[in-house]
Amino acid sequence: MSDLPLLSLVIWLPIIIGFGVLAISASGNDNAVRWSSLVGSIIVFLISIPLYTSFDTTTAEMQFVELVSWIPAFGVNYHLGVDGISMPLILLTTFTTVLVVIAAWEVIQTKVAQYMAAFLIMEGMMNGVFASLDAVLFYVFWEALLIPMFLVIGMFGGPRRVYATIKFFLYTFFGSVFLLIALIYLYFKTGDFSILGFHDVKIGLDAQILIFLAFLIAFAVKIPMWPVHTWLPDAHVEAPTGGSVILAAIMLKLGAYGFVRFMMPITPDASFELDWLIITLSLIAVVYIALVALAQDDMKKLVAYSSISHMGFVTLGFFTVYSIYEQTGSVSGAALGVEGALVQMISHGFISGAMFLCIGVLYDRMHSRSIADYGGVVNTMPIFATFMVLFAMANAGLPGTSGFVGEFMVVLSAYQANFWYAFLAATTLILGAAYTLWMVKRVVFGEIKNQNVAELKDINKREGFVLGTLAFFVLLLGIWPAPLVEVMSATVEHLLQQAVTSKL
Amino acid sequence: MEKVYLSIVLAPLIGSIIAGVFGKQVGRAGAHWATIIGVAISCFLSAIVFNQIVINDGETFNGAVYTWLVSDGIRFEVGFLIDELTASMMMVVTFVSLMVHIYTIGYMKDDPGYQRFFCYISLFTFSMLMLVMANNFMQLFFGWEAVGLVSYLLIGFWYKKETAIYANLKAFLVNRVGDFGFLLGIAAVLMYFNSVDYADVFAAAPDMANLTVQIIPGLDWNVMTVICILLFIGAMGKSAQVPLHVWLPDSMEGPTPISALIHAATMVTAGIFMVARMSPMYELSTTALSVVLVIGAITALFMGFLGLVQNDIKRVVAYSTLSQLGYMTVALGASAYAAGVFHLMTHAFFKALLFLAAGSVIIAMHHEQDIRKMGGLKKYMPITYWCMLIGSLALIGTPGFSGFFSKDAIIMAVGESETPGATFAYLCVLLGVFVTALYSFRMFFLVFHGKERMDHHTKEHLHESPGVVTLPLVLLAIPSVFVGAIAVGPWLFGDYFGNAIYVAEQNDVLARIGEGYTGVMGFILHGFVTPVFWLAAGGVFAAWYLYMKRPDLPGKIKAQFGGIHRMLDNAYGADDFNDKVFAAGSRKAGSFLWKFGDVKGIDGFIVNGTAFGVGKVASMIRHLQTGYLYHYAFSMIIGLLLLVAGILIYA
Repeated sequence: MSDLPLLSLVIWLPIIIGFGVLAISASGNDNAVRWSSLVGSIIVFLISIPLYTSFDTTTAEMQFVELVSWIPAFGVNYHLGVDGISMPLILLTTFTTVLVVIAAWEVIQTKVAQYMAAFLIMEGMMNGVFASLDAVLFYVFWEALLIPMFLVIGMFGGPRRVYATIKFFLYTFFGSVFLLIALIYLYFKTGDFSILGFHDVKIGLDAQILIFLAFLIAFAVKIPMWPVHTWLPDAHVEAPTGGSVILAAIMLKLGAYGFVRFMMPITPDASFELDWLIITLSLIAVVYIALVALAQDDMKKLVAYSSISHMGFVTLGFFTVYSIYEQTGSVSGAALGVEGALVQMISHGFISGAMFLCIGVLYDRMHSRSIADYGGVVNTMPIFATFMVLFAMANAGLPGTSGFVGEFMVVLSAYQANFWYAFLAATTLILGAAYTLWMVKRVVFGEIKNQNVAELKDINKREGFVLGTLAFFVLLLGIWPAPLVEVMSATVEHLLQQAVTSKL
Repeated sequence: MEKVYLSIVLAPLIGSIIAGVFGKQVGRAGAHWATIIGVAISCFLSAIVFNQIVINDGETFNGAVYTWLVSDGIRFEVGFLIDELTASMMMVVTFVSLMVHIYTIGYMKDDPGYQRFFCYISLFTFSMLMLVMANNFMQLFFGWEAVGLVSYLLIGFWYKKETAIYANLKAFLVNRVGDFGFLLGIAAVLMYFNSVDYADVFAAAPDMANLTVQIIPGLDWNVMTVICILLFIGAMGKSAQVPLHVWLPDSMEGPTPISALIHAATMVTAGIFMVARMSPMYELSTTALSVVLVIGAITALFMGFLGLVQNDIKRVVAYSTLSQLGYMTVALGASAYAAGVFHLMTHAFFKALLFLAAGSVIIAMHHEQDIRKMGGLKKYMPITYWCMLIGSLALIGTPGFSGFFSKDAIIMAVGESETPGATFAYLCVLLGVFVTALYSFRMFFLVFHGKERMDHHTKEHLHESPGVVTLPLVLLAIPSVFVGAIAVGPWLFGDYFGNAIYVAEQNDVLARIGEGYTGVMGFILHGFVTPVFWLAAGGVFAAWYLYMKRPDLPGKIKAQFGGIHRMLDNAYGADDFNDKVFAAGSRKAGSFLWKFGDVKGIDGFIVNGTAFGVGKVASMIRHLQTGYLYHYAFSMIIGLLLLVAGILIYA
């Protein structure tokens, strides 16, 4: 098994299947398209499992490495590998894609093949981003990824989809340009495009700060961080359910992944100088965006803002290390924050995916995302309501669900950096519960509000399966997060060493 | 023994899953049997543990069940600490829970959500046991929030009622304010002790006693004080202490069995339990103890006043619960942890009894809860009547009843205490005795004596509640009378708690009181000669005079003191204040940030502004490209001329 190029398979197989699905659609048989997409995505998921089961948790070295020369003249290689940070994200991607395919089953009736193909191709590209150890390869996947997402929103989106897609595209493209400049600069420094090579090269402080800012712009847009976040609510609102799920569950993680793969190891001194910037932006995300979420009357916008707020924990968790190191001269207490942030990334993948699927279930029935159109859904959809309340609680960070683990760890770590960081971060306990449960109150509970709600039918087996699977993981990760954290710890330790080792 | 502990926790969880997930398959009877058997197993095994740990003085158990996660070398575990304090709590929780389970069969028998209800209360029992049996802060927080979740679900059990779903959201959010402090407290513990395990933390606590920290630059605060106050904020939420008390009266929107179980006997006492558990830390900070003492005293007296003006039978009991929680908190602040926990236990029995008796009245009255529409129920419901009387006598601290021992001990302890604020607290708890007696017997007389004020239809159907309702009443009435007398010696003045509770020598008020303790009879006889007794008797007499003898007087008093009445009726305006300032304030802040920050600022000005600007510039430049050859030729000639001119000048 380990002889197979697993990483290449999880990248290229879904892309090939995606194009295959387009070919099948020529026959006009939508069911064949659905089944082949499903089988394909399941196979990819199964292939990705050995990445976890045969993962060596004792080392921070890259594993499952594949290295082939690609463009020797510029030192570009086809170089793949995963560590404890990227491997769980690949599993999250392959897992989520299966659910997205199932969730689209009856919902997407036109252009089925295009829809399925877009998600399968996206899956391969996202895996490519996580597995790339060559900057050019990384950049190619990073940019190419925009195309299928652009198409998904543009073809299957709501009425303002054109505005949303262009905004989404320009925003992220704007950021990516800076990423490219930074990567080219690093190429001239090292002579090739190896990301691991970038980690070791010495760079002066001024150059580091410029590179840091370039990276920050690129990744902050993707995460997104305040104030470059306004594309996300629009994109979510217009995207079809599957698009929102992938966007929230995985695409946002790409930016956060960039923080730990590029910023912290390549520009440690600049990170040390500018950590206040990241922490300020993170805390603004946690508090400001949570308040904004409270003001939303569109369910998808609300969850979109909630996503931004939760991603604030991720960036906060990453950057507490610098304050801790500055005060104590050691990184003790920082691993808690970084691991918490990484757990938060995975957990947020499940929870935000589930929240968007829940909204999708309602949208499919009522064609409205407006909170005001609902009320008393529990009367007609009790099983759905149970899931919705569970995921809402997870979103509010209830212990026993995955939503708690990351927030808890990040708050504990932030306290060691500064009381007020933890103080502001912990307001999410109140604000997160307020916007989530207030929505639940208005949508799920109460008397049946109108005729449309009275006619709602509870979720079917397919929807139950999708939500049930997510519920299982949300609870499992909440009750027993150790297996996930264990995978990360060696890598995180290494990362923290890189983060505090000066490169001047 | 570890398997026994695990079974105690898991039995109700399994019952809950059966009732919740397979509710349809097992049916109503299946659901109540599954959960009752689960809780009964728990209760029985708790009794075994109680016997072993407390009565036979067994070894304290402290061990992990599994490792939740390891990060940064810190082990977060799920495990149990079983000592005298835990064993007592387990006994109280499982016994009251079992009674409530049985009672529910009768109370909820016509409710369509029957299985769901059993699922929730069993889940609650599981969560509460996880809370009290925890051996570390992480699990404590898990239990802490899990009981909050079940409380949320149960207050909103009748989810069609707008008031219920308002109340449950309010309860959850107010509790979250407390949990906010609690979480920061745990973070502080981890920072200074590098562990979240009780044993490690308590062992290291004395070394931290003089450590200071500057949270606000320039101000040195004692670390222990900071930690203890942060943790106490959590207790203020869960145990409904002023100003985080506002959720508890509204929580009465939930079905009565859970008002008894969660909002009187067990969950709301979690804060008391927590502070008692953390006694090795609180003992190191006089400031924190003083805060606890004063907050408790305010709650004890001022929440009691509110009980005087309530007309909903459950709200009277709810305000009484608030006030009694204040008493327990006062005890903690006076370092009389044992007395606080003792009152917690006796209160669990008699308050559960009062709530369930109130529920029995509510069943008989066809879910009418207004005491002004009751009266003379004594002859229709004799068992409920006697049980309610026992509960009320225990509550007001009639010598000999269980509540007497615990409440008198608290009052004496506060009198002895030298913690700053003790004098104020002493006045509050003394005056509170009169108030307690007054509102308790006001309700008692209005419900069971005097004119029958209900309508004709209700009166026709009045009858005693069925056996599943009255049996738990009787079973709770027994400990409400006797448990105090049995337990007072060892709990307060003996070595009952062993090492579970730590009191610094200079704070040990109970030991000082204990010097004069001559036995139960002596305690009771002494009870008759204290002002406490006369205050209570005065309260009962006042209630009798005002509501039996001269029922015209209350109206006159109300008219005379309209301002005070309005203030009490509005519960000091706390709800209005919270609604206007916090709820509406954050909504407004959200709207403002959204409209002016996101929509107008970032999107309107920067994003769309940039797009607009680019478009504008492009359209301006477009005018240069007219397509006429002579325009281009003209501009070329002008350009050339300028170029040549430039070269000539600078050359």
